[in-house]
Amino acid sequence: MTLLDKFEPLQQARERLRGLGIDPFNVVVEKILSPTEAIVDGRRVILAGTNNYLGLTFHPECIAAAVRAVEEEGCGTTGSRMANGNYADHLALEREFAQFYDKPYSVVFSAGYLANLALLSTLPGADDVILIDADCHASIYDGCKMSAAEVIRFRHNDVDDLDKRLRRLKDRARRTLVVVEGIYSMFGDTAPLKAIAEVKDRYGAYLMVDEAHSLGVLGERGRGLAEAEGVEDRVDFIVGTFSKSLGAIGGYCVSPHRVLDTLRYAARPYIFTASASPAQIASTRVALRLLRDGGELRRRLWANAERFYNGLKALGCRLGPQLSPVIPVILGESREESLAVWKELLEGGVYVNLVMPPATPDHRCLLRCSMSAAHTPEQIDTLLQVFAKVFSAHGMAAD
Amino acid sequence: MKSYQETLSELLETIRVLVPNAGKVDEDTELVGSLGLDSMKVMNLLQEVEDRFDVSIPLNVLPDVRTVGDLARKIHQLLQEQ
Ligand SMILES: Cc1ncc(COP(=O)(O)O)c(C=O)c1O
Repeated sequence: MTLLDKFEPLQQARERLRGLGIDPFNVVVEKILSPTEAIVDGRRVILAGTNNYLGLTFHPECIAAAVRAVEEEGCGTTGSRMANGNYADHLALEREFAQFYDKPYSVVFSAGYLANLALLSTLPGADDVILIDADCHASIYDGCKMSAAEVIRFRHNDVDDLDKRLRRLKDRARRTLVVVEGIYSMFGDTAPLKAIAEVKDRYGAYLMVDEAHSLGVLGERGRGLAEAEGVEDRVDFIVGTFSKSLGAIGGYCVSPHRVLDTLRYAARPYIFTASASPAQIASTRVALRLLRDGGELRRRLWANAERFYNGLKALGCRLGPQLSPVIPVILGESREESLAVWKELLEGGVYVNLVMPPATPDHRCLLRCSMSAAHTPEQIDTLLQVFAKVFSAHGMAAD
Repeated sequence: MKSYQETLSELLETIRVLVPNAGKVDEDTELVGSLGLDSMKVMNLLQEVEDRFDVSIPLNVLPDVRTVGDLARKIHQLLQEQ
């Protein structure tokens, strides 16, 4: 065995995908036309697998702010905030996040991934415990790996299992960080946050919620699941990303605890990477305002989700447990058939994400579809027609 | 307090019930390879085992758990610490 031999199976799997003519995990977007359309493989397709929930990536005000920032502040920051200083816009965005959530402390990171690494690698130390929902995102698992804390999983969305595990921890429950997500990225289901907050309070544990997919999507003001469930004052750390509803790149955390501000001096994923580029920060500042005032965008997003979800249901598709803008169409265990279905959808002008185990919550493959406020009802109907055709051809549709 | 042997035989019995067609299972059986389980099924099996023993097995210890015996030793140790 050499250093490189272990990659042989992966290389062979890639070769097999190449035989298919297109690799679903390495698609080339030749030209992006709008938040909902692109040219992929020489073909115009409707994008129904992005995280562009509010459709803000091409918003003229976001673009104008980004252009201005590039012209005035340059393309990159060339270093971390600890070494190279804080740009005024980074601080302004932190103030705006704090105001938006009505929390005293806020930090922005260069990615949502890094926000999770920063919090989880630094906050819980040796002798502490991280208690995560089993379906948490890879960035949460990776943050746990970087931490010296003990890491325990509880069954997905199972409050009784969480309760049981906190009980087993006895005194250590008070040095435990419970981690859940607002909307889970693969199945689109939400955490039972009220019950979770109640349980963690009973044991004196702390709660962190990753609102990556729920920011701008849930809650009257778009603050996410904690707002929608009325438990914002019981959440200790809210993390999120600019890369979905805000249409840029970056991450953030807000908290009532001053410790969050102190993490700037301790969290390696904050210190040892360059701060976000001026354009990212500038467009995110505008997008956050649009999101806050985005009641109409949210209404459109949910109307679109409902139209697509009900259409797929009428086709007899197996869907996730709950209506949300993240809509998984659950396929079978056969990778070959799933690949064929995905490819035929693409050939029909529909781009969705193909997800295979172990990235799925169970042993089945799924098509992760997602809706945007920017989709038109006509686009959704086109999507449904293509799904109907492909699923019928595979005997997967209801008659 | 359960002895290691008692923990082991209880674990073997639990695994035989949960993985009925696993064939012969003993202390040296490897959880991933020989039981015919992929890593996801092992995770599910672990959750059942955790309930049975009323113990949480931290993810951090899993790299050191290869065989049924390793798992029994870990559970035995966790129960003693409780
Ligand atoms: C739940 C969750 N957390 C964090 C992230 C990471 O966000 P980012 O794209 O900003 O790194 C994602 C996105 O993939 C996610 O789905």
